[in-house]
Amino acid sequence: MCGIVGLHLREPSLYPRLGELLTGMLSQVCERGPDSAGMAVYGDPRWSPPGSATVSVLPGAHRAEEVRAAVAAELPGADVAVVDAGQTVLVSAPTEAEALVTAVRAALPGIVVIGFGEDLAVLKGVGHPEALAAEVGLAAAQGWQGVAHTRMATESAVTPEGSHPFAVGPDQCLVHNGSFANHATIRRELIAAGMEFDSQNDSEVGARFVAAQLAAGYDLEKSLKLLCERFDGFYTLLVSTRDSFAVVRDAIACKPAVVAETTQWVAMASEYRALAGLPGVESARIFEPEPEEVYAWQR
Amino acid sequence: MAALSEVLYVDTVEPPVGAEPTVVDLSASDVRELNRALHAPDVAVTAPRWRVVHPDGRHSIAVGLDAEVEVEVEGHVGYYCAGMNKSASVTVHGNAGVGVAENMMSGSVRVRGNASQAAAATAHGGLLVVEGSAAARCGISMKGVDVVVGGDVGHMSAFMGQAGRLVVCGDAGDALGDSLYEARIYVQGSVKSLGADCVEKEVRAEHLAELTDLLAAAGIDADPTAFRRFGSARSLYNFHIDNAAAY
Amino acid sequence: MTIDPALRESSTFDRATIAEIQRAADTGIYDIRGGGAKRPVPHFDDLLFLGASMSRYPLEGYRERCDTDVVLGDRHATYPLHLSTPVTVAGMSFGALSGRAKEALGRGASEVNTSTTTGDGGMTPEERGQSKHLVYQYLPSRYGMNPDDLRQADAIEVVLGQGAKPGGGGMLLGQKITERVAGMRTLPMGVDQRSACRHPDWTGPDDLEIKIRELREITDWEKPVYVKIGASRTYYDVKLAAKAGADVIVLDGMQGGTAATQNVFIEHVGIPTLAALPQAVQALQEEGLHRKVQLIVSGGIRNGADLAKCMALGADAVAIGTAALIALGDNAPERDAEYRELGSAAGFYDDWQAGRDPAGITTQDDELAARLDPVQGGRRLANFIRVMTMEAQVIARACGKAHLHHLEPEDLVALSIEAAAMARVPLAGTSWVPGQGL
Repeated sequence: MCGIVGLHLREPSLYPRLGELLTGMLSQVCERGPDSAGMAVYGDPRWSPPGSATVSVLPGAHRAEEVRAAVAAELPGADVAVVDAGQTVLVSAPTEAEALVTAVRAALPGIVVIGFGEDLAVLKGVGHPEALAAEVGLAAAQGWQGVAHTRMATESAVTPEGSHPFAVGPDQCLVHNGSFANHATIRRELIAAGMEFDSQNDSEVGARFVAAQLAAGYDLEKSLKLLCERFDGFYTLLVSTRDSFAVVRDAIACKPAVVAETTQWVAMASEYRALAGLPGVESARIFEPEPEEVYAWQR
Repeated sequence: MAALSEVLYVDTVEPPVGAEPTVVDLSASDVRELNRALHAPDVAVTAPRWRVVHPDGRHSIAVGLDAEVEVEVEGHVGYYCAGMNKSASVTVHGNAGVGVAENMMSGSVRVRGNASQAAAATAHGGLLVVEGSAAARCGISMKGVDVVVGGDVGHMSAFMGQAGRLVVCGDAGDALGDSLYEARIYVQGSVKSLGADCVEKEVRAEHLAELTDLLAAAGIDADPTAFRRFGSARSLYNFHIDNAAAY
Repeated sequence: MTIDPALRESSTFDRATIAEIQRAADTGIYDIRGGGAKRPVPHFDDLLFLGASMSRYPLEGYRERCDTDVVLGDRHATYPLHLSTPVTVAGMSFGALSGRAKEALGRGASEVNTSTTTGDGGMTPEERGQSKHLVYQYLPSRYGMNPDDLRQADAIEVVLGQGAKPGGGGMLLGQKITERVAGMRTLPMGVDQRSACRHPDWTGPDDLEIKIRELREITDWEKPVYVKIGASRTYYDVKLAAKAGADVIVLDGMQGGTAATQNVFIEHVGIPTLAALPQAVQALQEEGLHRKVQLIVSGGIRNGADLAKCMALGADAVAIGTAALIALGDNAPERDAEYRELGSAAGFYDDWQAGRDPAGITTQDDELAARLDPVQGGRRLANFIRVMTMEAQVIARACGKAHLHHLEPEDLVALSIEAAAMARVPLAGTSWVPGQGL
């Protein structure tokens, strides 16, 4: 079980404050998710430099410089840069995102890729979420959109790979509060269709299912509706892509979700108190998503 | 049918002479301190009025009260505000999270904004007024409480409602009154769908009188004759194989 | 003795199965009964203690202490429970049981300084009046739940489920919903109670964390909060309960009884107590919480040997339900004729849902209930708990232990491969623990 927070900024003058605001939100959902955490930020120039693709990895025993050198060897002529971000390493190069992922996997077989895209940086780790946020310097991050997740592991181990968000498509993130009931079968179907999984986590199945629908050409809303049809369980999902931010709940809707919206931003969290510190929240439109309805905001 | 029960009238707030409210700022203090102070044995005498500021969505504000005190909360509250309330009068000038007034025994709770899920869950008595809308499972398992909602209620409201009254001035979501026992439901707007064993029933003079009292107690201006009444068909009271599809 | 080849029973369609299919075809309803899982499953009888020998020394009885006290709920509460024996009485409702039965349980428990637990019907004055340590259950139905009783309780037990039916809610049929029961539960008389299987205002350990805090706030952090789970995905469940803030975890295996549930639920959902207990202990150890968050185990605890084995595997206490009722007088041989009138016999009677109990325990009928003398019943329960405790002390002393809690898994061996694997102790005569390191 878990805590979710997400912030989609409409007002560019707030972009420099994305990390600060997200850190404040995250601090209010730690009791419901004390084990581990993950964060994703869209558009931070240090973490995902413009003009470059970025791949986020859990480096295991490799140091950041080792990662850089190994990837650079796979991409002769490309200027490969790395950022050492706590338990995560961010690798950037001015290539296509898919090409960079291929190079990373070739350079370091077995490495866990936790995110990739043009503008996305994903940071995960084990430990108390507030400590993790401090470790990676989340408060200084900038950008137009971010999601974060605090985890209380239900049926799989507490590992960095098990943390959300699951970013299994280009610039895509999924965070999940709740518990699926029939994901084991869906995982087998997706594996049979050629997908590979990084964890035993039920949420990863949700993420890869959505990624599969998006890759098949469905839009985000349709993909999430298909998920609602296929998956049993209680769940609140926050899914982001490079230019959208979407929330959906299952038909029974026992897991919490609060959305607040102003002209300057849209935010979503598991508990209202995570939204209480956002600028202008006093005059925000605050509502709870209806079951099985997809609420999506486009950039 | 037995005589319908009396409705608790909620007076408008008139401060006792000389009683300035005790102000608690939750950005400086904490909920545990606040609740402990509100639980003091003589609080109704020493500090009958309270103002809580900067609640900022905190949980369990003013829970377990057991005295005739008035608590005004200025802002949004988190889960279980006024949980297990007895005798006290609590007003939330904002929205309320999950389970506001859950298991209330008596007294009153008013939410000026909206209420999240499970408002007045399993409550035995007292009056909950939500001036805005309430989310799913409003009045779930109600055991005698009166709930009046100025706006809409979400799905599965009054699920397994055993006793008490739910009044909805707006619309009701799916599966209203599923598995209902003896709670009575009045809805002014539309009902998306009815739950198992919940049926529309005739509105007679005693129901109009009851509804008039409830609306007055809530301070909500609405025409009682515009409401429809819903109650249990009582066909699930003892198992019959022919009802198996309802399970 | 000649064997008639025409009377060879099928294992798949044995007589019991045939009778059940016929009953279902007759009535169109599932079979509902009381009790826990009846079929044989690996249990504590499959474990044996290694008593003192050349390398270990026993303690003398009487002079050389073997203590039995236990403290429950000292993680957060101002007033944890201090009990003289680790045998507690499990939650059983007024409604399922008569008021006199609840009184008897309270009397017996107080006599030996242990606790009783309310059930799905709320707290009765009889039980609160007699029980020195009363644990108040907080269930999905919330029947009778109120803050006055909460404040009078010595501990609060948030119930997610029970061993007989993990994932199911309470059940009480109309014939037991008398005026008094109906009043306490706010139900119409004579109506079948439908119980929720989930709590109305929280779902999941993340929201349970908030609910536990609310219960603490209401009671000013004075009382321990227990969380009760039916044995299922025990390793994860115990970790989550601990993370949600439980002070004590109550783990009820599939042999745990119920007053009324579908037979199919009792027999086919949930895992044996023996299989669940080591998972729970491992979960607590990994969180660094073993002995800090106490573990109470129930589900088929019948004697001092079961108690000692639970202690050895890492429990802090046990709870007895079915055994307590039998001690009070359930299934008494003197009543055999009456059991036969009901289509059963002494030693077999489990139609507790029907409310016709000749022993006056699982009934609401005043005439039948009057047959149970609460004072005598209390005495019998106290006797039984004393015997359980002394039996465990005999075993513990033989293993050289000065306290029941000093028993450890290394004091045990198993008689079967299944029991060895579940209990994680070696098969007797070998050093083999199946499932580990293979």
